[in-house]
Amino acid sequence: MAFRSAVITFPGSNCDRDMAVALEQVSGSAPVRVWHGDASLPDGLDFIALPGGFSYGDYLRSGAMAARSPIMQAVVAAAERGVPVLGVCNGFQVLTEAGLLPGALMRNAGQNFICRTVALTVENNQSLFTSGYEAGQTIHIPIAHHDGNFFADNETLRRLQGEGRIAFRYAESVNGSCDDIAGILNQAGNVLGMMPHPERMIEPAHGGTDGRGLFESAVRSALTTA
Amino acid sequence: MKVQIHISLKPGVLDPQGRAIQHALEGLGFGGVKDVRAGRLIELQVDDNVTDAALDDMCRKLLANMVIENYRIEKVGEKETA
Repeated sequence: MAFRSAVITFPGSNCDRDMAVALEQVSGSAPVRVWHGDASLPDGLDFIALPGGFSYGDYLRSGAMAARSPIMQAVVAAAERGVPVLGVCNGFQVLTEAGLLPGALMRNAGQNFICRTVALTVENNQSLFTSGYEAGQTIHIPIAHHDGNFFADNETLRRLQGEGRIAFRYAESVNGSCDDIAGILNQAGNVLGMMPHPERMIEPAHGGTDGRGLFESAVRSALTTA
Repeated sequence: MKVQIHISLKPGVLDPQGRAIQHALEGLGFGGVKDVRAGRLIELQVDDNVTDAALDDMCRKLLANMVIENYRIEKVGEKETA
């Protein structure tokens, strides 16, 4: 059975092709490319990816306009049905703005755009996105963002921690994020938002393959639950 | 009518931009600036029959992010002055 995935492109997305290449390399089948103005998603999807970039020029707030675009109603509905949804970088910002994930991504504490590879700790390896990693494993994944400073109130942070919904933490202080959070899951575990770019660590030419595990986990999960 | 929406960060939410502005003011030699919070002003020109409830809804659904921001609605002109 083939893995059916979709990559959403918003005006200003710029990592959509990288995401599509990663999904095709790992799963063996090319994702469907979906435009932000489309009203519906293809049927029978195993995976939806919201890519990085600067949707709508980051107007108002990063991800704010994209979260209200026509296709997002379909993405929210799919997420509620249990379809796995991954948001990377701007995609994470869109997921918080759309209310699929709690918290908000604010300007980096140091004010600077940060573009480098960082060490992450895999906090939860029980999710469909992270089962291919060891709990506590350190992986190296690039970040490239200006607004990656994760904020949530204390009660939300306690809940995220208590429910095992922190998927990845920065192994060092990077951008001021509360509790060094780099990626979080929704309560049902089928929505993951993360600032680092796993699709940029897929083959040795990228400088490493630590991002592959995420896509391999998702593909394995889809093909075993199908 | 003209409506101004004042959007500010909630108390307790760190404002790196405000802090950078404060440091810049200090760098220019201005003393006595204890804190700086940066916000956003959005001006709407709306029909007179747009209700307060609708304006409130606009703020909650798009103009402000209720996780980190507060908003204040101010009607600055009852009639269009075009």
